[in-house]
Amino acid sequence: MSHPPFLSAFNLTAGREQGHITHPRAYLELNIIEMASSSMIPNTELTRDSKRRRKKKSQLRQQEDQSRPKWKSQAQQQIYSSKLRQALARLNMGSPPRPGKAVREAADRVLAVTAKGRTRWSRAILTNRLKLKFIKHKRQRPPTRSKKPRLSVYRLKGKGSPAVQRKVKFLGRLVPGCRKEPLPVILEEAIDYIPALEMQVRAMSALFNLLSSSSSSSSSSSSSSAAASTSTPPSS
Amino acid sequence: MSTRRSRGSTRISDDQIIELVSKLRQLVPEIRNRRSDKVSASKVLQETCNYIRSLHREVSDLSERLSQLLTTIDADSAEAGIIRSLLNQ
Repeated sequence: MSHPPFLSAFNLTAGREQGHITHPRAYLELNIIEMASSSMIPNTELTRDSKRRRKKKSQLRQQEDQSRPKWKSQAQQQIYSSKLRQALARLNMGSPPRPGKAVREAADRVLAVTAKGRTRWSRAILTNRLKLKFIKHKRQRPPTRSKKPRLSVYRLKGKGSPAVQRKVKFLGRLVPGCRKEPLPVILEEAIDYIPALEMQVRAMSALFNLLSSSSSSSSSSSSSSAAASTSTPPSS
Repeated sequence: MSTRRSRGSTRISDDQIIELVSKLRQLVPEIRNRRSDKVSASKVLQETCNYIRSLHREVSDLSERLSQLLTTIDADSAEAGIIRSLLNQ
């Protein structure tokens, strides 16, 4: 495909041609919550932040900032939350055999999209999903550094013991897309991946609290109103 | 300190590795709260693996709960709830 993988993934999920029938209730609820919470953020802050980011794009010095989205910032979390809500609203509730897994995959995919594909793990998440969806046979990943697969891990002074190597391999398996990368790459990816995961946890728990509080308040109000109506004795 | 470079590599120096490891050390809360001087690279890697695994577990757990919540929201019949959530924000 001519498009970069993460862009195609984004287009596919953003389009309506996927044919998922969303439950109107969940869709409505998620949309309204999204509108409500986005109104909380002063618009100026978001636009200022994005304008600043666009201006900085041209400067070389700010490329470091640009290449690593700040996962700690509230703006990033809001971006992720809104995209996650949209993705969850489009999910077909209850139709996949394990809806929890579908939510997890959607959350990971949205996280990777939010990363804008600048890191290996985000690209790996998106390409893996594309592969599973469209390509029946496993396509061989183009070996980027076939000349030195693991030697650079061995040769590092003081860090070449087999125990350390085992841990490095393990870490490489944990971070998506880093199975065959040398040590410094794995470290760099992990340095970006961990704050992203933390932000994902924060955003998802906030969303969970929001939804559970709204649903519990609605259910409690309906039950209390029902109780009130039944408790009043019917006047004859 | 003599640094051995692997042949054909892109000049990965030990200092770079040390810097990356120290950055990683800052991220993992286990290590951050201890005395940071005496933490070996092996320990950092181990704690990093554990931390990433625990984060993965949290995400899985949260997504399970979210999925259950979303299915139960579908079962609820409360327009009032939706409006209330709008008002609460």
